[in-house]
Amino acid sequence: MARSIERQRHILDFTLASILRRKGKNGALLAVYTLIIFILSSVLFFTHALRQEAQAVLQGTPEIIVQRSLTGRYQTIPLDYAETIRGIRGVISVEPRLWGYHYDGNTLANYTIVVPGEDAPPDGSIDIGSGISRVREANERDTMGFSGFDGKPRGFTVRKVISAESQLISADLIVMSEHDYRAFSGIPDNQATDLVLKVRNPREFTTIAEKIVRLLPDTRPIVRNEILRTYNALFSWRSGLIIVIFSAAALAFVIFAWDKASGLSAEERREIGILKAVGWETSDILFMKFWEGLAISLTAFLLGVSLAYMHVFFSSSFLFAPVLKGWSTLYPDFRLVPIISFGQLTATFLLTVVPYVVTTILPSWRAATIDPDAVMR
Amino acid sequence: MILHPNILALFVSSLLVCLMVLYSSYYGIRILRSWDIKSGSELQLALERRTYLISTIVSYFLLFQLASLFLFISTADSICELFVGAMCAVGTLTVNQFGYPTLLLKLFTFLLAGFWLVLNRLDNHGYDYPLIKTKYLLLLFLTPLLLAETITQTLYFMGLKPDIITSCCGSLFSSSSRSIAAEVVNAPALPMLAGFYLSALATAAGGIWFYLKGSGGILFAALSALHFMISMVAVVSVISLYIYSIPSHHCPFCILQKEYYFIGYPIYLSILTAAITGVGAGWTARYRTIESLSEELPRMRATLILASLLSIAVLVAITSCYVFFTSFTLR
Amino acid sequence: MIRTHDISKVFNAGRPNEFTALNAVSLDISLRDVTILKGPSGSGKTTLLGILGCMARPTTGRIFLAEREITSLPERFLTDIRLKTFGFIFQQFNLIKGITALDNVMVPAFPTGEKHASLKRRALESLEMFNMGHKADSKTEWLSGGEAQRVAIARALINRPTIIIADEPTAHLDTRLSHEFMEIMATLKADGKTIIMASHDPIVYDSDLGDRIIEMRDGQVVDAGSRA
Repeated sequence: MARSIERQRHILDFTLASILRRKGKNGALLAVYTLIIFILSSVLFFTHALRQEAQAVLQGTPEIIVQRSLTGRYQTIPLDYAETIRGIRGVISVEPRLWGYHYDGNTLANYTIVVPGEDAPPDGSIDIGSGISRVREANERDTMGFSGFDGKPRGFTVRKVISAESQLISADLIVMSEHDYRAFSGIPDNQATDLVLKVRNPREFTTIAEKIVRLLPDTRPIVRNEILRTYNALFSWRSGLIIVIFSAAALAFVIFAWDKASGLSAEERREIGILKAVGWETSDILFMKFWEGLAISLTAFLLGVSLAYMHVFFSSSFLFAPVLKGWSTLYPDFRLVPIISFGQLTATFLLTVVPYVVTTILPSWRAATIDPDAVMR
Repeated sequence: MILHPNILALFVSSLLVCLMVLYSSYYGIRILRSWDIKSGSELQLALERRTYLISTIVSYFLLFQLASLFLFISTADSICELFVGAMCAVGTLTVNQFGYPTLLLKLFTFLLAGFWLVLNRLDNHGYDYPLIKTKYLLLLFLTPLLLAETITQTLYFMGLKPDIITSCCGSLFSSSSRSIAAEVVNAPALPMLAGFYLSALATAAGGIWFYLKGSGGILFAALSALHFMISMVAVVSVISLYIYSIPSHHCPFCILQKEYYFIGYPIYLSILTAAITGVGAGWTARYRTIESLSEELPRMRATLILASLLSIAVLVAITSCYVFFTSFTLR
Repeated sequence: MIRTHDISKVFNAGRPNEFTALNAVSLDISLRDVTILKGPSGSGKTTLLGILGCMARPTTGRIFLAEREITSLPERFLTDIRLKTFGFIFQQFNLIKGITALDNVMVPAFPTGEKHASLKRRALESLEMFNMGHKADSKTEWLSGGEAQRVAIARALINRPTIIIADEPTAHLDTRLSHEFMEIMATLKADGKTIIMASHDPIVYDSDLGDRIIEMRDGQVVDAGSRA
């Protein structure tokens, strides 16, 4: 047993020295390999972190939201619908919500205006999100003007700027009092944007949703879990799509690896011939190739994953930013919570290291089965 | 179809592994047909060189299949939220009829590959490759199983559409539903625990006997195989209860998660190792009479038996910790 | 005793470029002797050396090493025997470039799993035996012809073989170095080693070191020679 370990140690030493002797060829391979892993890991980290963030955020959303639709479009909902729904068994509470979007022609941005349940600003004041503050260069105690539903401008004093920690959801937020918002948006007093429900037993979501639709056919209840599931599926789909595209790059890498592995230079061939002639066996050479592959794969993997980690979590994925921002002018300047899982790492491993190993098995074996007496001729 | 990165990874690696193993089988057939150790012809020399390639392939296959097994379960677990009623991997796997078959085939091919490598190691020590035919017949047996696994995995994932209502742990494992899983759980808990301990004791005793006397190999192999099945059933029907401290939580996959300190990994690894080494040790007893193996066989047998005994001990130790040293009790 | 019985070696059998390197060669080679294979290039000397030295298997025929038949041994067993029994000296020295002389001497012993410290010590001793100790850490490219030759011989001895096989050892050496080589062989013979050499250099086969000269031509033995 000690002999086998010592034997592997010797082979490993020889292999590492041999890798360093061919810096050019191995360097190129390592660079490409690391790049592939870097791209893949970045995508996986980014989407996974976003998904976790979205889920964390969504946990705080209401369990069931009831909207009203007319002609297939979303409409404000009459407050007396709430009474009907309160009567359904299993519903603990029904509260109306007031909120909406506002387009600001000056900055080409869409804001979300929300009337909170508590701690609403006094009439005439608003709280604004950090994105709006940045884009309109407005701070506390400044006055901002917006045009209401009737085109008339209205001024509001900024009470406070919402902290940057919750940027993902608050960057484009304006918080306003109910009285101000009804006047600003034109929503009549007997209507609300939508209703939020609290339900006693989570198993009954679907049953209660079905009852609501039966009683009030023009409503559309949305169960939180449905949102979570849909977001989940969407994130997975998006990242999956990127990976399919990535597979083109992976294919190129694999061809490159094959070429490097089978294109043994005359020098390498001679070296292996000598090793076999002086007493190394085929399995010794196979181990040598294995250690070589392992050293390169491990280095590429660690480097690639570390760089991806830093890219996504410390520099906010600056490489992906143009693709993700799109037309958004209020793109939040957020830091994702660093989070990685073994599942992701294994997926990265299976998508990069496995193809590499599979393509290099055959060339490695060809190298290892060079005839020992070849060097005699 | 769900275009999840992990699912793509599983597809790609399964496909590549399939190709590798098919390639090996092709040469396996040639070896079975034309092998003649006494000949010095170029064909024979080429075939001998080829065997190195095949053992390398199967070794990598074992590693990749283990990773794939883990990723399959982990993915099933993480996408359970996409299906109404699924609380963990159990729910996801029952969405369509290909879920559990894929898992079982993955597991079985992994065990076969482990067994193949044991045989291979032994064969390499014989100067006349005594087990070459057996080895390659086993490989030819493994290949269609692997193909089946890749196909069922593909069918499983293709058939996954989010929002399908499925049964979760609670309803699948309740006493009212009649399916195999229900029967597993309905195995009464305390008697099953006793059965587990008895089986462990019997297998260990068989192993020690085999180690000391050199006979009783087939018996030990049979006991190991039986113990494998009993351990799996025990994990689901009683051991998991102690780990979760809940009398109705039977899920075999949740013990792989962080909340339970990943205890599932040592448990399953020790069960798998005990199976491969135990059956391997017992099976190799058949080759006692082969002269070229007479030196290596006892050595290998000893190592395998010890590995098997150690794995059994690890599992018993972990189980006992949970059964006797936690405040949860089934009585 | 190394015994071959009717061994043949055929390359590219069944194809248009089929070539028979050895044809029904039967020989008995005594241990502790210096046996010299003499003949022009293409006579099969190198192929025969390869088979005698457990580097290759004959296409047909049988070969015995000290009464044990090694004809059908799989590669790993053959290599194991070769490692322990034979030391090779090649025409072109065949040292690995890019590593030191000392490393070159140690390389054949890596598969044995010997502890690094003791291996290094023995390799150094081996080099010192040929006055190359001071060049232990020189890279191969910096060695002169004579120095490379001595490192190659030191390497051949690292696994304490009983049989030395040399293929055209003086082909790339001048007269002085060739004589020096033969002196080293004489020392090894005095140590009880068996030496089998293939050469078409008169300095080798005409020297009085050879106990038996075997003449070969076109893959066959034309003169089995006798102990001189």
